[in-house]
This record gives sequence, structure tokens and C-alpha cells, in this order.
Amino acid sequence: MTAAAATRDFPRFYGKVGSLHRERLWALRLSYASLILAAIIFLAPPVYMLITSIKTNAEMANQSLNPWLVRNPTLEHYMAILGNPVFLTFFKNSIIVTLVVVAITMVISVLAAFALSRMRFWGSQVLATGVFLTYLVPDTLLFIPLYQIVGGLGLLNSIWGLVLVYPTLTVPFCTWIMIGYFASIPKELDEAALIDGATWPQMLLKIFIPVALPGIIAATIFAFTVSWAAFVYPTAFITRPEEMPLTIGIVSQLVRGDTFAWGQIMAGALLAALPPVVVYVFLMDYYIAGLTAGATKG
Amino acid sequence: MAQVSLRRLVKEYEGGVQAVKGIDLEIEDHEFVVLVGPSGCGKSTTLRMIAGLEEITAGEIAIGGEVVNDIPPRDRDIAMVFQNYALYPHMSVFDNISFGLKLRGLPRDEIRRRVDKAARILGIGELLDRKPKALSGGQRQRVAMGRAIVRDPKVFLFDEPLSNLDAKLRVQMRTEIKQVHQTVKTTTIYVTHDQVEAMTLADRVVVMNHGVIEQVGPPNELYRNPATIFVAGFIGSPAMNMIPARLEQAGGGGLRVRLDDQISLPVPEERAARYAPHANRNLLFGIRPEHLTEATRIDKRNLAPITVTLDVIEPMGMETLVHFHINGTSVCGRVDPAAGAEAGEPMALAAHMEHMHLIDRDTGKVL
Repeated sequence: MTAAAATRDFPRFYGKVGSLHRERLWALRLSYASLILAAIIFLAPPVYMLITSIKTNAEMANQSLNPWLVRNPTLEHYMAILGNPVFLTFFKNSIIVTLVVVAITMVISVLAAFALSRMRFWGSQVLATGVFLTYLVPDTLLFIPLYQIVGGLGLLNSIWGLVLVYPTLTVPFCTWIMIGYFASIPKELDEAALIDGATWPQMLLKIFIPVALPGIIAATIFAFTVSWAAFVYPTAFITRPEEMPLTIGIVSQLVRGDTFAWGQIMAGALLAALPPVVVYVFLMDYYIAGLTAGATKG
Repeated sequence: MAQVSLRRLVKEYEGGVQAVKGIDLEIEDHEFVVLVGPSGCGKSTTLRMIAGLEEITAGEIAIGGEVVNDIPPRDRDIAMVFQNYALYPHMSVFDNISFGLKLRGLPRDEIRRRVDKAARILGIGELLDRKPKALSGGQRQRVAMGRAIVRDPKVFLFDEPLSNLDAKLRVQMRTEIKQVHQTVKTTTIYVTHDQVEAMTLADRVVVMNHGVIEQVGPPNELYRNPATIFVAGFIGSPAMNMIPARLEQAGGGGLRVRLDDQISLPVPEERAARYAPHANRNLLFGIRPEHLTEATRIDKRNLAPITVTLDVIEPMGMETLVHFHINGTSVCGRVDPAAGAEAGEPMALAAHMEHMHLIDRDTGKVL
């Protein structure tokens, strides 16, 4: 091919692909379209819950109306839920169980991850993999043997039975997250601390935990969500209403036979979903990625 | 402050790989010693063993007369500066520098006084409230040094502290490190792969290769009288020329170095006795580029003329490097920019034979 032919071919080739600017524009449009689609899919159920929770029972029962519109908004279902002492007990139970489980989980998994990622000892690699493998066993498989254990300890029908079993779900995953996070902290940082005179516990408290705070917060959010939303274990272990957490409390108390108190179920579910949302918003402010920037050459 | 002694120090990793193969080294009080060598030569491992970050397989390390083999790093009274600075990212500069003092439970005003003094020495007084991420590379390196000097340890350990800096800053920080050492006079062990850093900083340079010490000596001694072919090639830039040669007996009891059919250079008389036992052997003739100059330079004694055809010339401003071949070996010389060197043209050069070396090819020793 001659040089002249080659230069003639260039513009045509570029014309087919489109300019860089136009390609970017299309990428942008496509991403917005997929984001909007995803937002609709994920937000439709909670929006529907909200709409249902502020409808009167009569409006809910009227099938001729558009279910997505509210004609006479009311807070009666919220009043009924919040004025019901049993519901407040569910709330209290959920809070106690979740806070204790998160605390237990974070202490165990931070210590375990620190040991597994930094103190090289015989079998530490196998142990780290083993921790993750335990997470792969589904809780629907475990609740029968755990029922025996919890029953044997006399903790059936008690929130402390839940406090005992939830960490089996949270600790392995949180440990795994923290191992990954600690592994990303440069080795020189602990060596510098060792030379500066830190003991292992001081190194953990003064260097690792502050530096790994984003990872610790991520793990905390996970542990919080798992224990707040747990359904299988409380269903299996708790039958007395005064020991129930929110998740099963709402279902067991607001469904009588085949009568569903939809308004209260929706109001209760929304109220139950509120704390995780608050926790997410609050902790996201502290979830500052790139906290390690500047430790070493970036 | 203290001397450091390494006695038959060995580091063997799992799988039997020996990183350090039984080295002996005595470092005097106040001395600035640089361990230099290519990557994998064992210099960093040696430093980390002195710091207590690597376990010692065999041998002994003593700091200030006390054997520290089983003493943890925090009780060795050493300070270390890392290549990537290893600053604590969540702490301000002040907290970074004072961390070691706080752990040792010093009173607050004493900490303040010491940090201020260190900051003054390093010129980082106005940075004390900043976080590491708000600092430039050079500033981070200064903070890392501040963290070391504030503790007033027996020994400073530097592990390639300038490798992450750009070329200009590296030269500047090199001078600053030397100034800091002249101020605080703490015994310093410095690891680098850069022979220029080694030459410029060290009281004594320790050249390591494959886990053994090739040679220990003051920079100029190493440069002038390398003990092995490795040191001869490693120290100096451009590297020393090494040309296959044969040492021949000449008429009148003299010796000559024959490089090829045409070139045969006379060995200076004062070296004759030293080289005589190696006559009629095939050796390597070593000569630094600055000792292959244009023929017009004044000192006539021990100047051996060579005429060569230049392949490439590299003007450097203050000098011009000329490259040519002798007997298939690429050779570099240094001439005056005004000497009229031109690529492809023949040029009359002179070898300064009083600076020559002869190297035994089998043992790698400089004769």
C-alpha cells in the first residue's frame, strides 16, 4: 500500500469508531440508564411499603384504586405499632442482641485477624483459609445442631441464646475482611512501631486499629446488618413474644391465622429498617477511604 | 553511641537459601558505614538482623559490647529509617516523631523539647501539625529521620532511604543526611544499592555480593585499590574497563601487558616485582576511563600511547566520554571536550599505567 492510500484510509477508520468525546458521552448515558434502572428495582419495594403503611385499611382493601397512590394518608398504623408495648420489647431485644453481637464480633475478629495476618506461626495460613470456609456453611444447615447446643445450655427462648449463635455468622466474615485490610497495611509500619518500642498490644491499639478504621467500620456494618436482620435462628430458637427480636416479632404478632395486618406490618418493617439506614449514614461519614495515604510512598 | 560488631553472621531462609554467609564486620563508635551491593547481596538482610527484625541463623551481633541476638528491637536502642518512610498515617508529624518517646514514658515537656530540637535540625518545625499525607516526599523522609534522631539511639539504621525520591531531591537529602550525622555523630549503618551514595556518605564502605563482604574500606581506598573484580566493576561510573590481556616478559627485565597484536603496554617499574610471578598468564587488564585520556596531557611518566578508532563519543560538558573497541572488548575513555574526539575517527590516547590493575580471571582477585 502506498503512503497516500494509507493517509486516505485514516479519516474513514476514525469516522466509523466515533470520536473519543462521543464515545464518552455514550458511556455516560449508558451508565445513567443502568443506574436509574437499578435504583427503580431496589427502591420499589420500600416505596411500596411506605405507601401501604400510610393508607387506611379501607383504602388498602379497595381493589379498584391504583395501589401506588394514597388518597387519605394516615399515621394510624405507626401509632398502633409505637403504642404497642410488645413491639417496643421487640425493638429493645433487637438493639441489645445487635449491640452485644457487634461488640463480641469486633473484639474476636480484630484480634484473630491481627494474629493471622501479622504473627507468622505454624498453621496460620491454613487457619486463615479455615476461617473463611466456616462462613460458607449456610445457617439453614446449622440451626438444627445449634438448636441442640443452645437447648443444652438452657438458652432457648432467650435473647442470650441469639447472642451466642449470631457470632458464628459474623465472626468468620469479619475476620476475613480484617485479614485483608491488615494485609494491606505496609509491613514497615509495624516494624517501625516495633523499633519505636511498641509491644504487640500497643502496636494493635495505636497503629493497626486507627489505620484500619475503614476496614473495621465495614466489618462493623456487616456484623450489625447480619444480627439486625437475622431471621432463621430467632425463628428456630424463640417462641415467647417477650424474647423476640423485631424480625420475627412483626411476623408472629401481626399475622393472625390468615389475617394480615398489612398496614402495621409495613409500618413495623419500615421502622425496623430505619436503624440500619441511620447506622449506614452515620458511619459512612467516617468511612474515609484512603486513610492510609501518606504512610508510605503513594 | 556505640560500636557494632558482626561476628560470623549467617542468615539462612527456609529452604536453605543463605542470604548472608558468615560475615565479620567491626563498626566504630560515631562511624558512618555504608553497606552497598546489588539487590539480593544480603545488605538489607544484614541491616534487618542488626535491627532485630530478622532472626539470626548463626553468629553474633553486639551493639556497644552487648550481644543482642535475643534482644527484641525495642530494647536494642536503635532507630531505623525505611525506604518507604513508614510514617504512621493517622498521626501528625509531632506524634509521629514523639511516638517512641511516649511509649518510653518520657515527661511531656521533655518530649516537647526533644521534638523541637529534632525539628530544628531537620528544618521541619512548621510541619509538626500536619499529617503525613500532606507532606512531600522529601518532607516525609525528614520526618522519618526526625523519628530516628529524637530518640538519641546508640545506632541509626538506614534502609535505602533515598530510593523513593527523585534524582535532584536525592542529592539534596544525601547532603542533609551527612550534615545530620556530623551534628549528632551517632553511629550509622546505611544500606544502598547506589555506589555514588555509598562513596559520598561513608567513612567506610562495605561492598557486599552474594551474601559475603567483598571489601571494606574508605571510599577512595576502594576506588583506587579494589580487592576483587566485583568491587573494581561496581565502584565507579562509568565502570572500570576490563580488557583480556596477557602479561609478557619484555627485554631488560620489564613486563608488558599485551592487549592485542598491536597494543602492548609497559608495566610501571614499581609494579614489576608484584606482577612478576604472574608473567605469561592470561589476565584481565583493568583501567578506569579517566586513566585513558588524550595523549597530550602533561605527565609523561608511565604514559603508554594507544591509537584507537572511536565508535561513539558522549559529550558530558566538563569531559567527553569516548568509546572504542580493543580486541573485541568495549572500552571507555575520558578526554577533554577540546581534544577533538570524533566518532569514526582515529584518536591518540594515553593509558596512565600507574593506575592500572591486573585481575586474576580464575579467582577474581585483583593482583
